[in-house]
Amino acid sequence: MTLAEKILAAHTNKKRVTPGEFINVKADMVLSNDITAPIAIKEFRRIGVAKVFDPAKIVMVADHFVPNKDIASAEQVKLMRDFASEQGIIYFDVGRMGIEHALLPEQGLVLPGDVVVGADSHTCTYGALGAFATGMGSTDIAAAMATGDIWMKVPPTIKFVYRGKLGKWVEGKDLILYTIGQIGVDGALYSAMEFTGEAINALPMDGRFTMSNMAIEAGAKAGLFHVDDKTLLYIKSRAKRQHTIYELDADAEYAQLIEYDVSRLEPQVSLPHSPANARPVSQLKNMEIDQAVIGSCTNGRLRDLQVAAQVLKGKKVHPRVRCIIIPATQQVYLDALREGLIETFVTAGAVVSTPTCGPCLGGYMGILAAGERSISTTNRNFVGRMGSTKSEVYLSNPAVAAASAITGKISSPEEVKS
Amino acid sequence: MLKGKVHKYGANVDTDAIIPARYLNVSDPAELAKHCMEDIDKDFINRVKPGDIIMATTNFGCGSSREHAPLAIKASDISCVIAKSFARIFFRNAINIGLPLLECSDAVDQTKAGDILEIDLVGGKIKNLSNGLTFTAKPYPEFMSQLISAGGLIEYTKERLVKGRV
Ligand code: SF4
Repeated sequence: MTLAEKILAAHTNKKRVTPGEFINVKADMVLSNDITAPIAIKEFRRIGVAKVFDPAKIVMVADHFVPNKDIASAEQVKLMRDFASEQGIIYFDVGRMGIEHALLPEQGLVLPGDVVVGADSHTCTYGALGAFATGMGSTDIAAAMATGDIWMKVPPTIKFVYRGKLGKWVEGKDLILYTIGQIGVDGALYSAMEFTGEAINALPMDGRFTMSNMAIEAGAKAGLFHVDDKTLLYIKSRAKRQHTIYELDADAEYAQLIEYDVSRLEPQVSLPHSPANARPVSQLKNMEIDQAVIGSCTNGRLRDLQVAAQVLKGKKVHPRVRCIIIPATQQVYLDALREGLIETFVTAGAVVSTPTCGPCLGGYMGILAAGERSISTTNRNFVGRMGSTKSEVYLSNPAVAAASAITGKISSPEEVKS
Repeated sequence: MLKGKVHKYGANVDTDAIIPARYLNVSDPAELAKHCMEDIDKDFINRVKPGDIIMATTNFGCGSSREHAPLAIKASDISCVIAKSFARIFFRNAINIGLPLLECSDAVDQTKAGDILEIDLVGGKIKNLSNGLTFTAKPYPEFMSQLISAGGLIEYTKERLVKGRV
């Protein structure tokens, strides 16, 4: 069995699972947020059980529209807050919250070998820890909150091998944008992606989270990494409960094996309106921007801000550009503050926000007008994703976004830091 | 038996197209339906009639996990969505809430926007009344059929709890 199959099998009453099979899987953590929890709570009430199966395994995070942007979103969060206190589940509100997929690993709430289900498509982020994590809908989460398990179809696994050493300014974001550019937005539909190879072994945890995060952008059900020293170091100070590390079997069967030599890979930019429109940054000439967003569950971690600060240090944001930087969690914010990164950003003329999803999904805090263009470290550039249906979003890594903020057009970090 | 007019779209219709995130500060299906397909088809909500059918090519419903997407479609009185393939989370959301989906490449290739279809969900039979052609959709796996006949995931879960199978 592959890594994905091993984890799933261990969470059923079966010894073996095979791709295509329908199984009931026990969940170690069940997640929802201020957009998806209200429907999940309503559906949970319809099931007719008084209590959730285990309050220690259910987490809700207010992150999409908080601090509340309007009355309607305040009502949604209140509904979730009241349910959380009634049920005694794990709950993060303003002042303690962060963007869910950065927050849960940081707080040690998801660990290697876990099965995590969440009413948010980017739940697949935790695959970076060697967990099987996947996004579902609110009704799925309602059922999982009541019973502790949920139906799944065992996915086939596609193995990706990344050969070579990554060049300067090339990160996890570039590997995943490149991959989606190669296989398309449905290139891994219904499958588990397994990321391996020399470049992956050298990739820091923050870059691994970025890659797993965007597995859904290739249609995948999960995107997994093997546990190694970097993973163990990451969870060492965070884990508060037992976990199991699974290894694949020697006879693991893959649906496909895809290899890339990434030693000459440039930073990638995905053009509107699909993450699959990936191009090397050098191909984009004189592409003026109005906004640069650095943040989100894809690239709002400490290392992302460190890289952005490295580029922005001693420089100024172009007068035409709004540069919006959003640390993904309170801890990231605090670390960035202590390291002096926030000062670098503010001095450069960027704005730094409290953790929130905000502009990533066109919620608030950086909405685009018709005809405007933003470079963004987020994960989706669909029509209207950040505002007007006539606006454009270009996806990149934090170094490219920061460099572009300085020059006012989409630029390689080499142009400002040589 | 379902019968309705076809609204046809292309590949990779994403959940931001089905229901833009700016409207997700509410979860009432009727409210959501007012903005269904708005960003790719402004006129959809004016054209759509009860029983109508949405048809698309590949990877329909990709993107976010928002159940608001199938809810908005269902509350627009769309009777069924037919596509060559569906995105994974959209597929399970639709089945869970009782919005019928059919996978049938031939029907998509040989149907135009505005055609009238008659559909028998039980056998997955699709009849195009405008050109007389008939098609058979891919059958659901047995587990899915159980979910559908139970009336969706909530009813299925209730049954499981009653039978003590959890
Ligand atoms: S940051 Fe964006 S992609 Fe991530 S959870 Fe928030 S809205 Fe979703």
